Amino acid sequence: MADLKAGAAASRRPRPLSPHLQIYRLTLTMAMSIVHRITGGALYVGTLLMAWWLISAASGPNAYATFEAFIGSFVGRVILFGYTWALLHHMLGGIRHLIWDTLHGFEPAEREWLTLASLIGSIALTLVVWVIGYIALGGPR
Amino acid sequence: MVEITLPKNSKVEEGKTWPRTSHATHLTEFKIYRWNPDDGANPHIDTYYVDRDNCGPMVLDALIWIKNNIDPTLTFRRSCREGVCGSCAMNIDGTNTLACTRAMDEVKTPIKISPLPHQPVVKDLVPDLKNFYAQYASIEPWLHTVTPAPEKEWRQSHEERTKLDGMYECILCACCSTSCPSYWWNSDRYLGPAALLQANRWVQDSRDEATGERLDNLEDPFRIYRCHTILNCSKACPKGLNPAKEIATLKKALVDRQV
Repeated sequence: MADLKAGAAASRRPRPLSPHLQIYRLTLTMAMSIVHRITGGALYVGTLLMAWWLISAASGPNAYATFEAFIGSFVGRVILFGYTWALLHHMLGGIRHLIWDTLHGFEPAEREWLTLASLIGSIALTLVVWVIGYIALGGPR
Repeated sequence: MVEITLPKNSKVEEGKTWPRTSHATHLTEFKIYRWNPDDGANPHIDTYYVDRDNCGPMVLDALIWIKNNIDPTLTFRRSCREGVCGSCAMNIDGTNTLACTRAMDEVKTPIKISPLPHQPVVKDLVPDLKNFYAQYASIEPWLHTVTPAPEKEWRQSHEERTKLDGMYECILCACCSTSCPSYWWNSDRYLGPAALLQANRWVQDSRDEATGERLDNLEDPFRIYRCHTILNCSKACPKGLNPAKEIATLKKALVDRQV
């Protein structure tokens, strides 16, 4: 590998780094790559929530009641809603990458369509899951 | 490592506005990144007004017009002015492309120009591409054979030759590699789209007899697998090539040989 420092030492002072993130025009696929990372990180928190749910269920009625009170609260539901979306978004993103791994969907129109589809799909599926959830509960409460 | 901000000596400051030429009626505003290694100042953005009635249609025409008519110190690389040499690769309006094939009318005004992203700057719009070229050299872009050379040429069928389409056209302008956030932050170890496209060009070549060694050289968590299919490379390529797809082809070849 070339030594970048050798070139810099020859000039009078260190070379500046040209602007990157500051100037690059955001593209849909670029933004969705960032969101894929963020949702992936959020899933760690979601998994802790799942673990708490299972541990509380195994620990007995009191522990479960504490969990239920938290998750049934407004804040709890917002977090659960976010977790549902993060999970579905990350899953659809994974499917998109799986399609790309088979060398399909790389053409200009296809890659935009696929990326947009996984974004819209994740939002739609999240709403579907919650509507079904509330119907199963017999309406919001 | 991911770095959101620029180092202190790289922060871009407001520069000067150069006077408009008198009696020009059709002007286009340019905001251009300047850095002079000799004056001790930080990089800055200078504003220029180009007289469109007196200038060709492309962004490169405008840069040459500025250099000839307003500011002879403006520094940039250019040569063929027809998208063949790759010298005038730069960031125009937030996207990497060639100044010679991008028309001014295709770009939002004021037209913002900076050097290829996340590279050491030599002067103004000239980036230091040593690392980029070293990475290209590291994939050994020449024919590797062990069988004795034939009397005439190495033969190739039409079908075999067709496999190189979409790769042999690469002009190594570095638009793709320097558009890639993963390359910005890992270019010490990640080869980047241009070098990987070239790697695939030799892996796919029916005459090459070092396919295994070439793939061994890429089998590394960083060299190829820092590609996260962000696709900025394929969108930036001024030759309409698809580096992301070539990288995916290589990744698939790496998996295929294990099953």
